[in-house]
Amino acid sequence: MTDIAGKPASLPALRGDILPRLLGKAEYVVIPVLAVLAALLFFSVFLLAIGKSPLTFIELIWTGAFGSGFSWRNTLQRASPLVLTALAVAVPARLGLTMIGGEGALVLSGFMAALVALPFIGTGTSAILVMPLMALTAMATGAVWVALAGWLRHARGVNETISSLLLSYIAIAIMNFFVEGALRDPGSPNKASTKPIGAEYMVGTIPGLDVHWGILIGVVIAIALYFLMARTTFGFAARVTGGNVRAALAQGLPVGRLILTCALIAGACAGLAGYFEVGAIQGRANASLAAGYGFTGILVAFLARHNPIAVVPVAILFGGLAAAGGLIQRRMGVPDATVLVLQGFIFVVLLASETLYGRFAIFRQR
Amino acid sequence: MDNALLTVLIAMIGGAIRVSTPFVFVALGECLTEKSGRINLGLEGTLVLGAMIGYAACYETGSPWLGVLAAGCAGTLLGAMHGYLCKLPKVNDIAIGIAMMSFGTGLAFFFGKAYIQPQAPHLPSIPLGGWSSNPQLAVALDVNPLFFVGLAVAVTLWWALRNTRWGLILRMTGDSAPAALAMGVNVNWVRFLATAAGGFLAGVGGSFLSLYYPGSWNEGLSSGQGLMAVALVIFARWDPIRCFLAALLFGAAGALGPALQSVGITQGYYFFNAAPYILTLLIMIGSSGSKQAAMAVPGELSITK
Repeated sequence: MTDIAGKPASLPALRGDILPRLLGKAEYVVIPVLAVLAALLFFSVFLLAIGKSPLTFIELIWTGAFGSGFSWRNTLQRASPLVLTALAVAVPARLGLTMIGGEGALVLSGFMAALVALPFIGTGTSAILVMPLMALTAMATGAVWVALAGWLRHARGVNETISSLLLSYIAIAIMNFFVEGALRDPGSPNKASTKPIGAEYMVGTIPGLDVHWGILIGVVIAIALYFLMARTTFGFAARVTGGNVRAALAQGLPVGRLILTCALIAGACAGLAGYFEVGAIQGRANASLAAGYGFTGILVAFLARHNPIAVVPVAILFGGLAAAGGLIQRRMGVPDATVLVLQGFIFVVLLASETLYGRFAIFRQR
Repeated sequence: MDNALLTVLIAMIGGAIRVSTPFVFVALGECLTEKSGRINLGLEGTLVLGAMIGYAACYETGSPWLGVLAAGCAGTLLGAMHGYLCKLPKVNDIAIGIAMMSFGTGLAFFFGKAYIQPQAPHLPSIPLGGWSSNPQLAVALDVNPLFFVGLAVAVTLWWALRNTRWGLILRMTGDSAPAALAMGVNVNWVRFLATAAGGFLAGVGGSFLSLYYPGSWNEGLSSGQGLMAVALVIFARWDPIRCFLAALLFGAAGALGPALQSVGITQGYYFFNAAPYILTLLIMIGSSGSKQAAMAVPGELSITK
């Protein structure tokens, strides 16, 4: 509980300040943890009410998510897009923007990645050329898509929450339009998909871990974004804007450029998530891309309090929850939506817990 | 060719009436809530839960109208929850709305699993097209009573906001909380009631989806109608009558795809499915900068700041 700040005071003379500072930071860990526990409590009551055992539920999550090497791989595989989609929420949130269009950006980017790979199938073009092309296309697509909401916000004052979600629906419709129509692979009659991109263009796994590279790249990006937001002039300007737009404007900060840049970064993250879903998991673009990673990512970002580094463990936690979903469904005889209900409980309780900040004297000892 | 055009037109009119009804209810609910100075983005979740509860209640009791009522009650509960949580200091109503969206949807999917297969009785409709010899027109004018209920609610709300003491209190709470406080109005209580009542309307809108058109419960039933209603209210400048008209417009846009499909144009079906979203986005772009919208906006609303 006390090691989260982890920053030693630079001068011995400041030693006396360490405890209050640590306590002040601890508040941001203790309250979310309490919120999750409270949500679990409510959820247990819910399970009891429908005649299921909460203890079995928690045990199954443990087994299904972290109990074996297989479940760990499953967890990390699902955490990988969550890290990136959560970053897509966390970065604009520092500017005070609530952008929730990650789902659409992921789907459209994944589709575009599959699309640029199509002409190369069977030509024997080197994967070293095609894979970066796919990844870059996906990132650019996501960036443009999310930046559109950012630009509308800045130029026209259109509320970014609604516009980003609308763009999300439009993105999914665009993918369906092509996948069900012009680009449908005749070789897959049951489920409308594009042609498979082929084994040679698939992303490999991390040696010794058997999980695709997306999770590692997500962690690296999370750390990079942490430093960008916490340690650079850009991050400082972004945080000032998030705190008070008028003050930022009065200071002459380029608010419009900040909004656009953050939206571009966010979209590129979601786009990369889409690339890995196509290039490492699905191998083709189809409706499976809209698996809800974008929406769970919103919850992950809020739970991590929009801190890019904190996003990683929270994403692994929710990846685990998703990974255990199938096991819970089979063993307890409950619908797969149980995980959604639990997420809903956590989300609501977590946001309601915002009201607790500053209420506990213990964090304010001076 | 002329005949085909007529078919499309008739299908669009009928479609507009059918598709717009849930929009009417959600938009009126949102309008009521926003008039009190609070925004509820969670109506999307309310709509889905209302659709599911309405269908389940109808299936269990055999009465579609009991289903509508049950859906309204479920919506009221979600609205009340939103209203209560937003009352707490430092809690952001937009963020809570997103959370309520996933909460309502999650509950609906959880309890709704058992109701995907069984067939529940539908709401009855009023055959207004009986005079016409054109069978397509007769089908198009088979109007559900809820459509007229929606119209009545819109007119009542419009009248009550202008001419009653409650309407005045609601508008004052939305425009200036300090003024309402000074007049001795309990701001939180007014907003709580407005949010709960808005939830009721959205729940009823949801029951229309599962009990009339499309007329069955499945997980893809609502795709953003609750959210589009938020944009629709801004476009309608917080006026219940204009909300009703705007909902008709949205209904027509939503009916475009199926109408074209009815004459055999299936090309781009998925693209036409996106028409309501694109229309919403364009409308938001258009109405965000407008001076009239800026004049009409309730002063306490967080979404336009």
